[in-house]
Order: sequence, then C-alpha cells, then structure tokens
Amino acid sequence: MDAIILQILNGLDKGGAYALIALGLTLIFGTLGVVNFAHGALFMLGAFCAVTFAKLLTISERVRDESVTFFEAYKEVPYLEIWYGDTGRAIVEWAVPLSIIMAIPVMLLIGFAMERGLIRFFYKRSHAEQILVTFGLAIVLQEIVKHFFGANPIPLTAPSALAGSADIGQWFGMTNISYPMWRIIYFLFSLLVIAAVFAFLQLTTFGMVVRAGMADRETVGLLGINIGRKFTIVFGIAAVVAGLAGVMYTPILAPNYHLGMDFLVLSFVVVVVGGMGSLGGAVVAGFLLGILQSFASMTEVKAIVPGIDQIIIYLVAVVVLLVRPRGLMGRKGVMEA
Amino acid sequence: MPIDPSAWSRRRLLKTSAAVGAGLAMPHVLIRSAWAQDQAFCNNPSGDTVTLGFNVPQSGPYADEGADELRAFQLAVKHLNGEGDGGMMNTLQPSSLKGNGILGKKVAYVTGDTQTKSDAARASAKRMIEADKAIMISGGSSSGVAIAVQSLCQDMGVMFMAGLTHSNDTTGKDKRRYGFRHFFNAYMSGQALGPVLAEEYGKDRRAYHLTADYTWGWTQEESIKNATEGLGWETVEAVRTPLGAGDFSQYLTPVLNSGADVLILNHYGGDMVNSLRQAVTQFDMRSKQVGGKDFQIVVPLFSELMAQGAGEAVKGILGTANWDWKLDNEASKVFAKSFGEEYGSPPSQAAHTCYVQTLLYANAVETAGTFYPPEVIKALEGFEFDGMGNGPTLYRAEDHQCFKDVLVVRGKQEPTNQFDLMEIVKVVPRDQATYDPSIFGGELGPYEVKGCAA
Repeated sequence: MDAIILQILNGLDKGGAYALIALGLTLIFGTLGVVNFAHGALFMLGAFCAVTFAKLLTISERVRDESVTFFEAYKEVPYLEIWYGDTGRAIVEWAVPLSIIMAIPVMLLIGFAMERGLIRFFYKRSHAEQILVTFGLAIVLQEIVKHFFGANPIPLTAPSALAGSADIGQWFGMTNISYPMWRIIYFLFSLLVIAAVFAFLQLTTFGMVVRAGMADRETVGLLGINIGRKFTIVFGIAAVVAGLAGVMYTPILAPNYHLGMDFLVLSFVVVVVGGMGSLGGAVVAGFLLGILQSFASMTEVKAIVPGIDQIIIYLVAVVVLLVRPRGLMGRKGVMEA
Repeated sequence: MPIDPSAWSRRRLLKTSAAVGAGLAMPHVLIRSAWAQDQAFCNNPSGDTVTLGFNVPQSGPYADEGADELRAFQLAVKHLNGEGDGGMMNTLQPSSLKGNGILGKKVAYVTGDTQTKSDAARASAKRMIEADKAIMISGGSSSGVAIAVQSLCQDMGVMFMAGLTHSNDTTGKDKRRYGFRHFFNAYMSGQALGPVLAEEYGKDRRAYHLTADYTWGWTQEESIKNATEGLGWETVEAVRTPLGAGDFSQYLTPVLNSGADVLILNHYGGDMVNSLRQAVTQFDMRSKQVGGKDFQIVVPLFSELMAQGAGEAVKGILGTANWDWKLDNEASKVFAKSFGEEYGSPPSQAAHTCYVQTLLYANAVETAGTFYPPEVIKALEGFEFDGMGNGPTLYRAEDHQCFKDVLVVRGKQEPTNQFDLMEIVKVVPRDQATYDPSIFGGELGPYEVKGCAA
C-alpha cells in the first residue's frame, strides 16, 4: 500500500511536468494549428532562465584559496555574499523560486519572437513542414544553449527550507510515507499554473475569443476580431507555461542542453493520448502517463515484463492510436480523418 | 674517337647492375622481418611527428570525466615533448623516457568525442586511425565504449591504452592483445570495499542495488554482491536503470519501504551525481532508520569529480578509488602539483590513469626501440614499475590488467577547501586485490594482425 502511494506521488511530480508542456503544445495546436516540435526547447530554455538567474546572483570575485598549498588555487565568492553577508547568501539560496520573476517576461518575449519571426510563416503549410521547421529550431536553440553553458548538466539546489523530504504519512495518520518536499511543491505548482491557464481562458474576454478561435477561426476573423494578434499572445503564454515548468524542475533534475528533447517526445505522446486540441485531455493524460511510468518502474512489475519502464508510454500511445485515434478526450473528427 | 674496348657495353651494364642489385638486396632479405616492421604496420610514423588519438566523452553522462581526461592527455604530451616540469616522467622507475618526444619524434595528438556511446566512439576512433594516422588510441570513461573501441583497435592493429574503464570484462572476457588497462576493476573494488563495509556497518545488513544497465554496471553489481554476500549481507533487490536516466526518483521511491538498510549505487559520472543527490538531498535517505539501523548509501566507484557535482550529498559515503591526489607518495605529489599549476585544480583519478597510460605507452615504445605494436606489447606485458602514484605496479601479461593497491575512500565531513572532498580510509594492498586471470575467461588473441595496412 505504502509503495503504491509513493509511486502515485512520484507519478504526480513527473506528470506535472508532462502536463504543463502538453498544455502549451495543445494550446498552440488548437489555436494556431501548428505542431510545435520546439516546445521541449522552450521547457529547456525555462530551466536555463533559472541557471542564468542563479549565475547572475553568484557573480563572484576570485579569492586566493590559502588552504591549497601545492599550487595557486582560487575560490569564487559571490559579490552578494561579500556585500550583504547572510542576506546575500539567503538570496542566492532562493535563486530558483526567485528566477520565476525573470523567467516570465523572458519566456513571453521568446514566445513572441518565435511566433512572429518564424512560426507565422508556416501557418498555411503542411504539418510535415511545420514539424521540420520547429524541429530544426529546437536543434538551433539547443546548440546555442550548449555553446554558452556547455554540455554538462548544471546542478541547482532548492532552498534548504524546501529541501529534504516531508513525512506525508504523518499528515494522514499513516507511517512510512515520506516524499521529497520540492517534488510535492512542483506538483502543487503545476496545478496552480494549470488552474491559472484555465481560469484565463474561461473567465476573461480574451480567453473567450481564443476559445472561439479554437472552435472556428474563420468566423471569429469575419467578426472583425484581430485573431492573429490574439494567437501571438497565446503562443507567448504557452512559452511561459513551458518555461515555468522548466524553471521549477531544475532542483529535481540538473538541466543540460538536451533536457527539452528528453521531454518533447513524451509530451507529444501525452498530447496524442489526451486528444489533439483538448486542453483537459492534455492535463489528464500528463498525470496519467506520469503515474503509469512510475508504476512500470516498480521491481514487481519489471519482474513480470522486463524493460516495461522504458516502453510503457509508447505502448499506451500505440494502443490509444489503434483503439481511439482522437485520444481520450479529443473532439470527434480531429486527427481521425 | 675510337671506341674503348674496356668501356661498358649496354648489355654488360645491365648484367652487372642486375648482379649488384641482387647483391645489395641480399641483406635486406636476411633482415626482412626487421625491415617489415619499420614499414608494414598500421600508421607507422614516417615524418618527424607521431600522432596519438585521444577518444574521450565530451558530451553525455560522463562528460566531466572526459574533460579532465583530455586535460591529462594534453599534459602528458607536453611532458613527453620535454616541455613543462616533466611531471611523473621524473619519477617513473624503470624508465626509458628521454623527454624528446617518442623515439625522437615530436608527439602530436588528435581528439574525438565518444559521446559515451559505443557506435560514436568506434566511429571517432576509426577516423583518428584512418584519417589522422594515430599510432595509439587512448581514452574511456565508459566500459561499454572501451570494450567496443578495444576490439576495433585489435582488428586495425593499433594499440589501445584504456582510460577510465572499470568493468571486469575489459580485461576479462573481452580482453584483447592490443588493449591495456591501468585502471582497477569492479572485482578489485569488491575485494577492497567488502571488509571495510563489514567493519563500519556490521555483518547483518540488507542491500538494495541500483545498477547502470550496461557491462560496467552488471560486473560491478555482481562483484559487490559477491563480496557483501560473502560477509553475510543479504541482497534484497538489484534494479537496472538506463544509462543517462536523469531522474531516478521512480527507482528510489521503493527503496525505503523494501526493508533494505543499505542502498548501493552502481552508477558513475552524471548518473551517480543525479542518483546520489536525489537519494540524499531529496529523499533524505541518510537521515532514515530501518529496523533500528541507520540507513547507509554506498557508491562502490567514487571520484572527486563526482563528489564535486554531488556537493553535500557525498559526505560520509564510502567507495573505492584507483588513485587520489592526496596520496602520500612522491609521484602523486609531483603529478598533483604539475596538473594543479597547469589547470588550477588537482587531477581526478580519470585524469591520472590517462596520463599514466600515455607515459607507459611512450616508455614501452622507447624500450622496444620501435613503434611496431607486437614489440611494444611485449615490452608492456609483465612490466613491473613504480613511481606512477600507486606504488609498485605490475602490468600482468596474462590479461593486460595492472595490479596495484586499491583505495577505500569516504566523502569528507569537514572539507578544508573546495578540492578536499574525499578522505582515504584505507589503502588495500595489491595482494588482496589480485586474482586468478582465468576466472573471467576470454582470449587475448594474436600479436600479428593484418591491421589497417592490409
């Protein structure tokens, strides 16, 4: 029982990342009709926003390290620490959550630039061409990050108050269930972002227009609404969602330039399973596949089907595509023709 | 002008020159084998330089190690060419090294990126041999890669001086005549680590293994399992994880509830940094108790580079190492100083083994007096030396494995500086780590191969 609860928790934090990326993918596909293979790269760029922010905070002075005697060694002491002492150290420690402040405008700008600069020229082209151009873009972004940050993962830590594990069992009167604090926070954070996106689409006029546009782009355009500009903003929002997912993921997994590609394929499967164009489907499928993947990694399961942890997600995708091509919550007719 | 009868007729000239030609050719026929070895082997250096090929992971989960290995290779080349302070050229005993390149030829090098993938590594090794005419290939940081490149080198008749590779198979079932390993292996780690584990954690323990799913992980899991079960430990579970998995949480969650009280991480490089950080800082495992015992984590193969990456998480963690820059011997001090002055940080064990391998190759060529691989191989087989940082060391002829002391190390609780991350708990003598070469099987294969010249 404990083991099952733990694997569900584990699935939820992974699922949070899948759901956030898939949500953005679906938004873009639903509104712009573009299959955006560069979306994983946006997740990666978000993670590197946190890296950059942490680097900015830890711009350091080289100080001679006297404790090393056999050659001249230097250690780096951040200016923040030199100037503000403990306050400075605390700011450095909270770098990851604080970097959200920087990530939102940066990701919004990157989103706008991507849409205006490249993606919009491909609205009328075939999906194959869209996939090629966005995939190419993803590789370019990846190589740019690799050039500046190197190929190695860059570890970032969660603030020590939020590190370690929480004894969840105690909250519910059970024993033996403890789970990393930051991963729980990640799950709650992803719920918050998802709720915010849905609220934005359901409760604002802007959201109403976007939803109308998703349903029938042409008619909305005929009503005299500049749907193009609205969709640019939607692209920006999708970029921000992916970026935030990346920022908060950094303490869980040290990011490297390849992070986006690792998540991209999975997120596409999530979208396909959830149903192309269905926002709710993307979220549900994200969490569902996260949990499934987690269970498939259990030794008991692996003993029955070896290697299942590596293929479970694709297996589900194959079954869904065979049995219900429009996905779990997809609209009738989408991708079924 | 009358014709001089003694003057040579055309016919006579032809006859004589044919005879003289045949005569001149005679000695060459007699010393043909010596002549052949100067000409007819793969990438015999003809100019005044000799090229070495350094094949290291510059990307992928072992990229940190690869970067340090490359630094060591560059330093070794510098020292061989008589530049810098000479490093361990000054301490190697017995030595034929002269500090003027190898056999008087200036040492040049080319590099390749293995990407920690066998196919990419073979491709880059092949490129270095065929396009860049490398006479020797070195490098490593993944046993899967080392074994793949080693067998390619055997086929092409080019020597392979393995860098960091720790799988038993490299000099066990997959050993090759043209391949040599200075680094220790998983079996030796198990032999060295076992008694220390029993001493520190007792004989009644239940272990849970997470294992990188390729040759090195498998042999290490087996070696550690054998060693710990021999002490009376029980193995609860051994779970394979994909290389470069990144997030190991789904494999870590079941550990605490499995009844195990020791987690053994058969991971290396980036994988180990991720899994250890996740186990310690996220899952808080080291502060847990199982059945009244403190939960422990063991990382059988440990390095300072990984300790750097894992930060706080390494404190108190036991493991083994091939070498450590803090070892108290002349050669280690000389090398650490030389490397530290060049790059601003002390060398890792990966760097050390690559530096040593390059020097040992050069020394063997000088001893043999030729680049002809079969002669160089014979110079290395059974070579007993000292002054490379590990004390007296033997390159065993039967399997091309080096035998020397093994270090048991622990992540330091109170580091005095940023490089002081591990302490040496015990230096396990060479005899305790020596084993019968026949236990792992395998065949070295022939000295003479057709190679790339054929």
